Amino acid sequence: MYRYDPTDQRMIDERVAQYRDQISRHLAGELSADELRPLRLQNGLYIQRHGPMLRIAIPYGLLSSKQLRKLAEISQRYDRGVGHFTTRQNLQLNWPQLEQTPEILGELASVQMHAVQTSGNCVRNITTDALAGVAPDELADPRPYCEILRQWSTFHPEFAFLPRKFKIAVNAAASDRAVIRVHDIGLDLVRDEHGETGFRVFVGGGLGRTPMLGKVVNEFLPRRHLLSYVEAILRLYNRYGRRDNLYKARIKILVQALGIDEFRRQVDDEWSHFRDGPTTVPDEEFERLAGHFAPPAWEVLPADDPWPTAQAKSNRAFANWLGRCVQRHRMPGYAAVTLSLKAPGKPPGDITDVQMIAVADLADCFSLGELRVTHEQNLVLADVRQRDLYEVWQIARQNGLATPNIGLLTDMICCPGGDLCALANARSVPIAAAVHETFDNLDYLHDIGDISLNISGCMNSCGHHHVANIGILGVDKNGEEWYQITIGGQQGNAATIGKVIGPSFCAGEIPGIIEALIAVYLDQRTPEERFIDTFQRIGIEPFKTRAYARRDRQRSAPAPVDEREVVNA
Amino acid sequence: MPRIIRDATIVEDDWQVADLGEGQSALDITLPEGLVLFPLNVWLQRREEIIARNQPIGVWLRSDEAPEALVGDISRFSVIGIHFPRFTDGRGCSTARLLRERHRFVGEIRAIGDVLQDQLFAMRRCGINAFALRADRSLEQALPALKTFSDSYQAAADEPRPLFRRRLAGEPG
Ligand code: SF4
Repeated sequence: MYRYDPTDQRMIDERVAQYRDQISRHLAGELSADELRPLRLQNGLYIQRHGPMLRIAIPYGLLSSKQLRKLAEISQRYDRGVGHFTTRQNLQLNWPQLEQTPEILGELASVQMHAVQTSGNCVRNITTDALAGVAPDELADPRPYCEILRQWSTFHPEFAFLPRKFKIAVNAAASDRAVIRVHDIGLDLVRDEHGETGFRVFVGGGLGRTPMLGKVVNEFLPRRHLLSYVEAILRLYNRYGRRDNLYKARIKILVQALGIDEFRRQVDDEWSHFRDGPTTVPDEEFERLAGHFAPPAWEVLPADDPWPTAQAKSNRAFANWLGRCVQRHRMPGYAAVTLSLKAPGKPPGDITDVQMIAVADLADCFSLGELRVTHEQNLVLADVRQRDLYEVWQIARQNGLATPNIGLLTDMICCPGGDLCALANARSVPIAAAVHETFDNLDYLHDIGDISLNISGCMNSCGHHHVANIGILGVDKNGEEWYQITIGGQQGNAATIGKVIGPSFCAGEIPGIIEALIAVYLDQRTPEERFIDTFQRIGIEPFKTRAYARRDRQRSAPAPVDEREVVNA
Repeated sequence: MPRIIRDATIVEDDWQVADLGEGQSALDITLPEGLVLFPLNVWLQRREEIIARNQPIGVWLRSDEAPEALVGDISRFSVIGIHFPRFTDGRGCSTARLLRERHRFVGEIRAIGDVLQDQLFAMRRCGINAFALRADRSLEQALPALKTFSDSYQAAADEPRPLFRRRLAGEPG
C-alpha cells in the first residue's frame, strides 16, 4: 500500500496542528459555530443527533492491520468501542467528544491516516474496487490512479469550497464493482487500440434527490492527462455550478442544464489552456506509485487447492460460507475472503473494537497484513491461501464475521439513519433488523440467491437505495416514519436507477412487502434467473400488484403518495 | 489608515473599495478621488474617464463576475480585488488562478469581503497576495496562517510544478 514519505507526513501533521488551533479558537469563542462548521466538516467532524460524529478517511478502502489496530484503540479510548463502515469505504465513530477530536486526528496521523475531506463541499475520498490488485477480471491495478487523485485532491487550494460535495470513483476491471456511474466523476480504465492506458470518463452521476447515471464526457483520456482533465472539470463546476439551491448544486445539474455535448465543449476549452502543462503525469510517476502497490510475495501454489472443497463436503456451514464469502483470486491457490459485517441483530457495517483486533490478527496471519473495506460495508482479506480458508472461517465465525450472506438479501447496505443521523426522515437500522428476522432461514436466503436490498434514511441516499434491486427510502409524513420502495435498480456495468413502486409504507409493513416482492420472483423465475433478471423480463406491474394487494388486505385506506419524494415515478 | 496583509506583511493601505449604492447607476455616479477599486460595471462603463484620471487603477470582481471581462486591459490595473461574499464561496479562487496563470496579471490581487485566516493559505496559493481581512479580525493573529503548510501536492499560482514533478527530480523529502 502507499507509504507516506516525509513530505506527506509533514503535511498531515500540519493539518492536525491547523485543526487543533481551529478547535481551540472555537472553544475560546473566537471562531463561531457557523465559522467552524465548514472547517470541521473538512476534517470529518459532523454534529449529529446525539453529538459529534467523526468520519475517518480510508483512502480507496485500503487498510493495514496496524492502522486497523489503531482504529480499535481509538474507538476504545475515545468512543464506545464500535465503528461504522460507510459506502465511501470510510469509518465513522459516533461518540467522540469535540474537545478530543484534535487528539484523535493526532493518533490517526501516527499511522498515516486522517479525516481530511471526508465531508464538506470538496473532493471526497476516492473509492474503488475492494478486489483491486487481486481480481481475475482486472485490466490494471486502480490504486495508483486513486492515490495520485488522492494527492491531487488533498488540500487543493482552488476546490476547497465547491458548490457541493464531489465524489470520484475508479474502476479498472471488466465488471465495475465501484458503482462509478453514480459518481460526480466515474473513471473507467480502458486500453486503446495501441495498448495505451487511459480512462473513459463519466460525469454527472449521483444519487440523492435527483438520481442520475453519469454520461460519457470523454471516450478515451490518456492517463497522463488524468489530473489536468479532472482539474478542468472541477474548475468549470466551481465557477458555474449552482450555489443558490442546495438541491441543485451537484455537478449533475450543471451537466443536465448545459447538455453533455456543450459541457464537453466547455471542458475541452478550459482544458486546452493547460492540458500539456506540468500537471501532466509522466510514466515514471505512475510507475513510482505502482511500486507502492506491487503484488506481494505470493507463493507458488497449485491451482484450486482441493482441501477446502473436501472439508466442505462434510461441513455444510463451511460450504455455505465458501459459496458466499470467498471470491476468486488472480493467483492460483489464493482466494479473497469477505468478512460479513451483516450479522443478524447487528447494524449493517458496524464493527466492534474486539472485532477490529480480530480482523487485524486475521490479516496478519493469513492475508499479508492488509485488508479492504467494500462499499457494501463489509471487509475483505484479499490474499488468503486456499489451504487456510478453513482456519480463517473458524476464526471469523468465532468473531461473528462469517455470516454466509454476501450478495444475499441480508447483505444490506444500510445508512445509520434516524438512530444517529440528524438529517434522517426515518430510522433504517430497525428496518434492516426486521429484514433479518423475517428472512432468518439460510436455506431460503440461498434459494432466493443474488439480490441487493439497500436502505437510506433520507433522500441523501447514503445507503445507495437507488441502485439496489429493492431499495428502501425513509420519508417523512407529518412527522411519522414512512418508507418508499424502489425496485429494479442495480450496480455494476449495467447500473440502473430503481423505480418507485407506489405510495409509501409504514415500518411494520416492510417485511411483508419484501416477502411479497420475493414471492413474485420465486413464482415467475426461470431456473437461471436472478431477481433482477426476472424483474427486467416481467416488468414492475406484477410486483406492484402483489405488494399493494397485500397492503389492501391489511388496511383499507392507502396513504397518499408524497409527490416530493417520488423521483422516478 | 486601514491595514491589510500584503506580501505576508501587515501594511497600511488607503485604497478604497467603491460600490454602487441603492438606485445608483454606473453611468451617473461621481467617480471618487484617490486610490479606488471600482466595481466591474463602473470600470466597463466609465473606462475612458477612469483612465483619464491618470491615477493607479483598481477594479474588483464579485464572485459571479468573470476575470475574462478584464483581459484586454489587464496591464492597466494596479490592483484587482476579488470579493468573497462568504468564505465558503470558492469561486474567487478560480478567478485568482485565472488572473495569474492564464492572464499573467502581475499586480496585486486582493481578497475582500468575508476574508478569514483559515482560508489565507489556499488563497495565497491561488495567487492572491493581499488580504483585507474582515474588520473584526486580527491581522497579527491571521498572519501565520499563510504558512500553515510547508508544501503542497498541486501546481497552482505559487508553484508551477506539482509535488510529483519535484519528487521525481529528487527535490523534497
Ligand atoms: S441517507 Fe440520510 S439518514 Fe441516512 S446517513 Fe445519509 S443523511 Fe443520514
